[in-house]
Amino acid sequence: MMRSPRELVGGSPEATFPVTFDGRELPAQQGQSLAAVLWAAGILAWRTTREGGTPRGAFCGIGACYDCLATVNGRPNQRACLVPARPGDSVTTQEGTGHADLAV
Amino acid sequence: MPTSPSEHTTPDRTADLAVIGAGPAGLAAAVTAARLGLRVTLLDAADRPGGQYYRHPAPALGATRPQALHHGWRAFATREAALRAHREAGRVTYLPAHHVWTVVPAGEDGWILHAVAGHAPDETPAALRARHVLLATGAYERQLPFPGWTLPGVVGAGGAQAMLKNNLVLPGRRVVVAGSGPLLLAVAGSLAAAGATVPAVVEAAAYTAYAPQAPALLRNPAKLVEGAAYGGALLRHGVRLLTRHAVTEAHGTTRVEAVTVTRLDGDWQPLPGTARRIPCDALAVGHGLVPQLELATALGCATRETADGTAALDVDAEQRTSVPGIWSAGETGGIGGAELALTEGEIAAHAAAGRPAPAALVRRRARLRAFADAMAAAHRPGTGWTGWLREETDVCRCEEVPAGRIREAVRDLGARDARTVKLLTRAGMGWCQGRMCGPAVAALAGGAPAPDRRPLSCPVPLRHLAALEPQAPPPASPDAELPAPGH
Ligand code: FES
Repeated sequence: MMRSPRELVGGSPEATFPVTFDGRELPAQQGQSLAAVLWAAGILAWRTTREGGTPRGAFCGIGACYDCLATVNGRPNQRACLVPARPGDSVTTQEGTGHADLAV
Repeated sequence: MPTSPSEHTTPDRTADLAVIGAGPAGLAAAVTAARLGLRVTLLDAADRPGGQYYRHPAPALGATRPQALHHGWRAFATREAALRAHREAGRVTYLPAHHVWTVVPAGEDGWILHAVAGHAPDETPAALRARHVLLATGAYERQLPFPGWTLPGVVGAGGAQAMLKNNLVLPGRRVVVAGSGPLLLAVAGSLAAAGATVPAVVEAAAYTAYAPQAPALLRNPAKLVEGAAYGGALLRHGVRLLTRHAVTEAHGTTRVEAVTVTRLDGDWQPLPGTARRIPCDALAVGHGLVPQLELATALGCATRETADGTAALDVDAEQRTSVPGIWSAGETGGIGGAELALTEGEIAAHAAAGRPAPAALVRRRARLRAFADAMAAAHRPGTGWTGWLREETDVCRCEEVPAGRIREAVRDLGARDARTVKLLTRAGMGWCQGRMCGPAVAALAGGAPAPDRRPLSCPVPLRHLAALEPQAPPPASPDAELPAPGH
């Protein structure tokens, strides 16, 4: 029986590199979205909601639900399921609107 | 042939046919139309053709056997090769990463399509003209909420499938698959093949609901074999299939740790005293698919109610919508699967080229549509599902609107449809514009299925909207890119 998605489809990524999530280093494979890098590390939540402050992560996986919003390299509200991982990316948990640091 | 990005966004002439969506329907239509001599532009929101069904790993992931995650990969591979050949011959302009957000009439000349090209934060506006437009925008998953469905680890069944096919990742090690519809078996099969343990597939419909549909099923032996193949794979992986059951609650604090599975009556009402708990670290859930119609409804295309209670485009025998010049193929005309989508795409291409469709295609469509309708009828959500909601269960994930507030709007404030509920409660007003909660809100409001009505089909940077003056004449040069301020 197959043990992993990688074994099922064979081959290996062109490159692997680290990205960080809240300062913690995670391995990323070139071609994966940031949501996939987080899932691969067992991380399912990377933001909290505006009203209830409850944790959320990827839900639809295809860019339709906006549950996977994250702050990527300082920019809030990025859909992590659509953003390809790049070497050195820094993802940080997004609290509420992600604009808490803006004096508005 | 050079393929610079600028060449991609400024095609040098009006297309005979613009195809929106490069899934099975759009891809088949584009290559067939090109073969029949039409100048085709194929636009797709994704970076690679295939749509949701033929979603596959990014090339950089180096998969040597992408077909291991697919059923009917050859049908895709042959069309993808044809697409490449037509592009090289200059018959097809393929525009990946182009999200079309509106289609507007351009008088005698046909239509102007406006798209967002590229990915945030570097997206640019693009516009092009076409004489005919084929909407092959596919579908998205229908979600029916239940207590705990916003917990991390609860993911869409289609979402789990997409993340696996695209990125080779799983949401957990022990994944319950639940909801309704044939997609669940496929999802459970691929999760198990990729190494997950799937303790159960929880299906709300009863497969005995297929019995009245026997004639349509028996006309589709290949489809039955496909179903049996999924069933066999599940057996091999030790997956239990529970029909007429639903996940009525997900448990956990920061992530899902278990689900409650309850037996349903014929109306999908949970039966008291039948609940049991299944430990898991992820739940993949979805209740069938809903046609994605926002471009079509904005154009005024007529819709019909399908056998599973959603709105789909009303198309004629040659895949025309009610608006002359606008065509539809695949899931936009009712959920039917990849093989039907391929067939309809080819029929639409023939018709747009002014040719009669080959009789074999027409027959195949009739047979597959009958099968699709039989499946849809069997999996149509019963009205009793609202019985598993609690007052505090969030129905709208984005705006965090609980069922109690929606019921109050209906009971005390007289809301009778999803639009009124939205105005009173903000359900459906958030980021996703009701894509996730729309069907549930419509059911709670007691209204008929509401076709998609969203002003924009994707997020459009304000500067692009600002560049579109209302009533402005079309751009002077027929295919010029719309000017973006600051360029
Ligand atoms: S998971 Fe739905 S938008 Fe990313």
